[in-house]
Amino acid sequence: MIIVTTFAPITICTAVSGIDLELSFVDAVKGWGLSSELAHVLWLPFPMLLVLVAAIIGVLVSVWLERKISAAAQQRIGPEYAGALGILQPMADGLKLLVKEDVIPARADGLLFTLGPVLVLVPVILSWVIVPFGQNLLISNVGVGIFLWISLSSIQPIGLLMSGYASNNKYSLLGGLRAAAQSISYEIPLALSVLAVVMMSNSLSTVDIVQQQNGAGLLSWNIWRQPVGFLIFWICALAECERLPFDLPEAEEELVAGYQTEYAGMKFALFYLGSYINLVLSALLVSVLYLGGWGSPLPAEWLCSWLGQSPNAPVIQIVIGSLGIVMTVLKAYLLVFLAILLRWTTPRVRIDQLLDLGWKFLLPISLVNLLVTAGLKLVFPIAFGG
Amino acid sequence: MFVLPGYDAFLGFLLVSAAVPTLALVTNKFLSPKSRSGERELTYESGMEPIGGAWIQFNIRYYMFALVFVIFDVETVFLYPWAVAFHRLGLLAFIEALIFISILVMALAYAWRKGALEWT
Repeated sequence: MIIVTTFAPITICTAVSGIDLELSFVDAVKGWGLSSELAHVLWLPFPMLLVLVAAIIGVLVSVWLERKISAAAQQRIGPEYAGALGILQPMADGLKLLVKEDVIPARADGLLFTLGPVLVLVPVILSWVIVPFGQNLLISNVGVGIFLWISLSSIQPIGLLMSGYASNNKYSLLGGLRAAAQSISYEIPLALSVLAVVMMSNSLSTVDIVQQQNGAGLLSWNIWRQPVGFLIFWICALAECERLPFDLPEAEEELVAGYQTEYAGMKFALFYLGSYINLVLSALLVSVLYLGGWGSPLPAEWLCSWLGQSPNAPVIQIVIGSLGIVMTVLKAYLLVFLAILLRWTTPRVRIDQLLDLGWKFLLPISLVNLLVTAGLKLVFPIAFGG
Repeated sequence: MFVLPGYDAFLGFLLVSAAVPTLALVTNKFLSPKSRSGERELTYESGMEPIGGAWIQFNIRYYMFALVFVIFDVETVFLYPWAVAFHRLGLLAFIEALIFISILVMALAYAWRKGALEWT
């Protein structure tokens, strides 16, 4: 319920003027006598700032959820003093880190040390460009869509290696190397399982991928046609986010804090922010690729026809748009909840087990999954996206 | 104005997302206390004086994994256009991809057999 209420302001702002907000904005600005190019440029900041605010609120909520659920799993109470039920705790932590002293070790490489966390955070935020909350509710429906995310996510290990190397600390160096090895090992199965979804929707665009799944509500979601792909994607997403059971790069019993060992204050906060934005982003993308994105279990059009309403009426369009945002967020947070529970139920794997799982199990399975999808698409073209 | 539609928003969001860490670090610079002392700037090594640096030559075991990664990453890049256009290409494209993937699977089997995927 907390999630729904925190996202409520955004829901209202984006859904107020109908289903294609940019079009109505451009029309309104044209009414003042400005050209449509200028209107487009004026429009651009709105979705960007909304998505940025949504991402940061998403992080604050998931940090709070993580702490509360972890506490519940260990029969503790968790944060409770800052705000009701400790809901303001992540914000208080962030403010504390903002005024902390920035320590750069004397023997570290200052430039790379600062650039590392920045390079980790920027691609993760940038990937939100392609996350759709509705038919037109995304920053930009670029043609390469999901491929943009795959390519952006491979910039992150450079930042991790950079900060591990620049710290001039043995723990950091080993942590950085582990992080890089882990993310390259799990990137290929991840990309191959995305390929099977792409093949079914004949498009890389995230909007097309969601639309292809929303013919018959719950039953037409990709998870039923790609159960193996879904599992591969989820395991790889956890590994890419360095969540337990794959948190080897920062395994505290072995490497203190891995590549973050020397970091304090704001730069540590950037790593923290990056890892949680990445978690929420991965959960959103799992829901986009496999769980029908903004679609509700019962298609909104069916509900309209049962209630005797026209789906094109402005009020109904606003309701459907808002429902879509709530659905996307709900599915994503269900997966975040699952990730947090997994953290407290699974032990950490060893590095050789991690690499074996990636290269000797997930990679062959994902190749077979891709070929089976291609074969089934040839035999049953209608069930697999024509 | 832009040749590729939609990428003006991408460029804009690149600037926005670069502004987030920049602003955070600049704010931190103005708000944070500054105290320089030798002990504080020492590299952490479990509470001891650090022995030697970390910038040394040593055997990176992930090297072979990185090499195999390059092969398979290029493979997935080749497969993306195939997957998007598959509904128009049909059976012939399926057989071609089957040959392409089986060559790469042989490469994987070779690397596996040679012990490139072993953590030793």
